[in-house]
Amino acid sequence: MDNLSRIHQLPNGMVVVAEPMPWLESVAFNFAVRAGGRFDPPDRLGLANFVCEMVQRGAGSMNSRDFLERLEHLGVDYGSSVTNDHAHFYGALCADKLAEAISVYADVLRRPRLPADQLEDARRVCFQEIAGLEDDLASQVMNALYLLYFGDPDGRDVHGTMESVGRITAEDIAQFFSQYYRPDELILAVAGNVDWDSLIATVEHLFGDWAPVKAPEPEVHPGPHGKVHIPFESQQTHIALAFPSFRMSDPLYYHASAQVGILSAGMSSRLFYEVREKRGLCYSVHASLQVSLADACVACYSGTTTERAQETLDVIMRVLSELAQGTDADELERLKVQVRSSIVMSQESCRGRANGLITDYFYLGRVRSLDEINQGFAALTVDSMNQFLAQHPPGPFDLATLGAQPLELQHDGITRTST
Amino acid sequence: MELREHRLDNGLTVRAECNPDAHFMAMGFFVRTGARDESPELNGVSHFLEHMVFKGTPHRSAEQVNLELDRMGSNSNAQTGEESTIYYAGVLPEFQTRLTELLSDLMRPSLRDDDFNTERQVIIEEIMMYLDQPPYGGQEVVMQRYFGDHPLGQSVLGTEQTISAMTPDQMREYFRLRYNPTNMAVAVAGNVDFDRLIDDLNRCCGEWKPAASDRTLFPASTQSGLEVLPRPQSTQSYILQLAPAPDALDPQRYAASTAVGILGDEGSSRLFWEFLDTGLAESAGMSRYAFLDNGTVATSMSCRPELTRDNLVRLRELQLRATLDGFTPEEFELAKRRIETAIALSSERTASRMFMYGNQWLRGEPMRTVAEIAHCYDALTLDEVNAVRTQLDFSRSFTLIVGPHAEGEFDDLVDSLNVASS
Repeated sequence: MDNLSRIHQLPNGMVVVAEPMPWLESVAFNFAVRAGGRFDPPDRLGLANFVCEMVQRGAGSMNSRDFLERLEHLGVDYGSSVTNDHAHFYGALCADKLAEAISVYADVLRRPRLPADQLEDARRVCFQEIAGLEDDLASQVMNALYLLYFGDPDGRDVHGTMESVGRITAEDIAQFFSQYYRPDELILAVAGNVDWDSLIATVEHLFGDWAPVKAPEPEVHPGPHGKVHIPFESQQTHIALAFPSFRMSDPLYYHASAQVGILSAGMSSRLFYEVREKRGLCYSVHASLQVSLADACVACYSGTTTERAQETLDVIMRVLSELAQGTDADELERLKVQVRSSIVMSQESCRGRANGLITDYFYLGRVRSLDEINQGFAALTVDSMNQFLAQHPPGPFDLATLGAQPLELQHDGITRTST
Repeated sequence: MELREHRLDNGLTVRAECNPDAHFMAMGFFVRTGARDESPELNGVSHFLEHMVFKGTPHRSAEQVNLELDRMGSNSNAQTGEESTIYYAGVLPEFQTRLTELLSDLMRPSLRDDDFNTERQVIIEEIMMYLDQPPYGGQEVVMQRYFGDHPLGQSVLGTEQTISAMTPDQMREYFRLRYNPTNMAVAVAGNVDFDRLIDDLNRCCGEWKPAASDRTLFPASTQSGLEVLPRPQSTQSYILQLAPAPDALDPQRYAASTAVGILGDEGSSRLFWEFLDTGLAESAGMSRYAFLDNGTVATSMSCRPELTRDNLVRLRELQLRATLDGFTPEEFELAKRRIETAIALSSERTASRMFMYGNQWLRGEPMRTVAEIAHCYDALTLDEVNAVRTQLDFSRSFTLIVGPHAEGEFDDLVDSLNVASS
């Protein structure tokens, strides 16, 4: 596998990154506009999400109905989402209609109508999302953990509150749009059955004359760290635990990823085996690497009935503390095969690859080929892994819980104290 | 790409789509058993058994099963429904024989007492987990209310009571009755050596003894009505509704799916414009939920509790309008286009094609390719879709509302929700 992806930067700063997957009939695109929730003014939380909703309510010559019908006629499976950093607009479709789909989104990103008569409908959509999130206990506890670990705005959930969304005006929306919807930090990723030259020609034509805008960066506050408990009358107690890890740009990133894999990849992974398989303490337990531009952590989650919650947390902590004792050849080999297998499987999905291109370019400023990723793991040895595990035992910990009662973190007193 | 089908002497069916150019393969064991095949006191045994299958065989401990699956880097899982239990894994083609051996062995599990007792706790945790998640067990309740005494009304997970009372012997007897080779099939897709697959399966499964696995199919006398399941600590209101529609094998099923798509799929459907574009609901959708002997159209919605009453009335009006007036050529073409897009995109995944072939067997259908299914939709006319609309019989629906509401809060709406359209 050669590195087939190509990167092109327009004079206005917009970046196009594309990877041909000629064995597919489909192609996926993903526009990542640097207009995520981190840019919300503190008294207007939820603004980025609101703006993402508004720009899709008609643009250029299309009203909101024309917009969706146009996409559907082109055979686009479309969607949008807002993260801490970005507003994403994405889709997948048959390869021959890519240029037309991109031109629809050129209108959305550059010429949205932001119709005043749809402001209240869009606000209600945002309210509904906030209310829905309140019923999603697992997401709530993870959001509490991210705020604890990453601070604000890095750990901020993008939805805001009923109060903050209630305050947002048409002027706020117009201003946020003009400040942050801009070409300078815009990434367009395309993966699938794509012709590079015609893609670049299309993008130059549709976005080349878009003038860059310098946008302000928010003030950053570090995470308060420590413990937080959200009291709630639920069947299960939801447990979320974080400890520091390594960013994608760090030379130790593959070691850190493998550490998470040992904990949580597959049915023989340690958390799944010790907590669920051996003791039957829960249905759901997992760990993942979570990153911001500035920081990274391993986040663990489990949900379990309240009377078994303390034992579940204790077992998780024991598994984490035993990481320092190292791994063995079989465990490491299982991980490598899983990586190889998932890489082959990912070649069936242009959507997954387009997301991967965005992630790589945003966090690394370049794109790793699938082969490079595979090699990154293949190069890990038992010795180097054991050295990493011994030198980087998990901790200090942040803990968020949601349920009937708070839990004790039994771990030699290295809970981070609040700062 | 070549379609192959074979039957072992003991009745085990094998269906394969072999593509020597593929870099991946997926395999599944499909068992015609699920919640509808359980006696009421054993409710939940199919799903509990699905968990126990991974707990080891006479040749492998539970830990060895997990290790072997991970050593192949497999992407594996299992799922249980009302009518089926499915075990599947995706691997690199170099693992074909190892995966065949492992999955075959898993289909003859030990069902040891100790494992049974540990896993029972995991099942109860799973039940508790769903009780904490929207719609808070409402899906099970609406199925039970709508299907009444019909076996399709039984929950897949079972209850804390049935799971706590179940014994390993009862599970072993259920297993013996249901997991026999005439009641099972293997589906594979991707880079598969078919001849080797048959050799491996003969070696691994050839000794399984055929037996008769009964299942009675009959139309349910479904219940209509409206009920509130109070859940004071919930922020949102969750509306779940079931109504009669063509079943899984009905010749009009493609027309029915298209009609349901026009009304409530994830694209620019009527429900989208009525409830989502306006922010009247957080989510709103309609889908066909079709079984072998009974078909339903399932409508679900989540919304702010103060909008629930108004939304119920709007929903009924939308359904009545569709039944009375039918559909326009424009929305018919768009819905067809959405279905075509979904089929084209999902069929690029090896695992989803494997599922397609396995599910065709579960329904007793011959093997059909993606192109043949796409053609069934492409050939539909607006007249056919308009003709099927009266068979989406919303006037005979059962509606469940879960949320911060009082019992009986919407009782005054029952008559208008179930009014006949003509």
